[in-house]
Amino acid sequence: MAQGNNSIKKVLIVAFALCIVCSVIVSTAAVALRPAQQLNQELDRKTNILNVAKLYEPGMDVEAVFSDEITARVVNLDTGEYSDEFDPDTYDSFEAARDPASGRTLSGDQDIAGLSRVENYATVYLIGGEGDPEQIVLPIRGQGLWGLMRGFLAVEGDGNTIVSITYYEHSETPGLGAEVNNPRWQAQWEGKKIYDEEGDLSPEIHLTKGGASSEYEVDALSGATLTSNGVTNMLQFWLSEEAFGPYLAKFRSGTEPEDAAETDTDFEDVEGA
Amino acid sequence: MADVNAKGVLTAPIFKNNPIALQILGICSALAVTTSMSVSLVMALAVIFVTALSNLFVSLIRNHIPSSIRIIVQMTIIASLVIVVDQILKAYAYEMSKQLSVFVGLIITNCIVMGRAEGFAMSNTPGMSFLDGIGNGLGYGFVLMVVGFVRELLGSGSVFGFTILQTVQNGGWYVPNGLLLLPPSAFFIIGLLIWVLRSVNPEQVESNEFKMKENTKPKEAV
Repeated sequence: MAQGNNSIKKVLIVAFALCIVCSVIVSTAAVALRPAQQLNQELDRKTNILNVAKLYEPGMDVEAVFSDEITARVVNLDTGEYSDEFDPDTYDSFEAARDPASGRTLSGDQDIAGLSRVENYATVYLIGGEGDPEQIVLPIRGQGLWGLMRGFLAVEGDGNTIVSITYYEHSETPGLGAEVNNPRWQAQWEGKKIYDEEGDLSPEIHLTKGGASSEYEVDALSGATLTSNGVTNMLQFWLSEEAFGPYLAKFRSGTEPEDAAETDTDFEDVEGA
Repeated sequence: MADVNAKGVLTAPIFKNNPIALQILGICSALAVTTSMSVSLVMALAVIFVTALSNLFVSLIRNHIPSSIRIIVQMTIIASLVIVVDQILKAYAYEMSKQLSVFVGLIITNCIVMGRAEGFAMSNTPGMSFLDGIGNGLGYGFVLMVVGFVRELLGSGSVFGFTILQTVQNGGWYVPNGLLLLPPSAFFIIGLLIWVLRSVNPEQVESNEFKMKENTKPKEAV
């Protein structure tokens, strides 16, 4: 070991030089790889949307099919009308929920899904034409047992019949709660109804133990009661009048949502990549 | 370490001086990521990459590292490498990085990396240190693969995602053992593995730190 290694000057030089070199390496890696990472995230999201709409086949060109089949629109959750205020490709509802200008805080009894804040506008994905879609894919999220679960729910054009459900981000127990993504469990959702005949905005769909007996019931996940409760709660929330209820009601009553005349509210700062 | 030769440095950590089985380092991540073999494999590769390169860089500048800040210097190098690995995984193995989530970042705190940087790279040449890093990474990877194999086969009925035992959930006969999907099961498997390794190589058995008293008569016990 060289003698002067422990002098203050040497310590400072080594520390400084090392920090410079390391930060250059780390930032180069982060900047150089960012496009590839964003592409992956985007592809993952699109794959999940196609998957929940039962359009996905392994090996298909996800980008091409997505742009052919799917139209993204931003919906005003309060009125249930479409909004042109945001670009659906860049609108980030997760960010919007946190922003005081574009989200709102839920009170305790509203917040059954454990979100604490929710956005005022959300992106939906329409399959088979905007005017009279075959399927509507809705983003859903809520607390499971271990953390936030994020997924998509695909509903038929009648605004009431479920096609499928999938979660693209969750931290549930492998083999128990993580069975939410088991195709056999997901297959049960097909044809289930969200709302009953009464025509109000409170969803009937829920998970139940010991065998589903009606079209509003789906078998709960065995050994994963809290995950099942989380799934029920987030569906009850996102399909209620707090979220997609008014929007889906328009499909149920046969009046398609329209492009609402927009107010001059300025939400510029929530947009962007 | 008197006998520093390339082959010994590379192969000894796999069975003879395994970082997990003998030195009992890096257990935490071995519990967390071994639910499936493919995840274990990626984790093992990431650790091999980080240990080898951190050993190399620490060894390259070892004569200039002031001893008063040597640990933080090693940490900085290791942390930078781990971030690079994390970024690469996110860009080119997105599915895998989603499954590994925080555990890639936690390689920074893996005692093996730090232990080799401090224990070997600080006093050996860059070439040897690099090989030592690969060797220790392989030793870690070996244990990970064994644990991952047992856990995935008995816990999910598959190996590398290919179904071997058709589980009941998917209409087969095999009732998967849920315990093996949870982290504590890795303790049992690592424990059994250490038993096997030490039975094969009895010199690994540590001498008792204290001696138990001979059986006492019941009369003396009370």
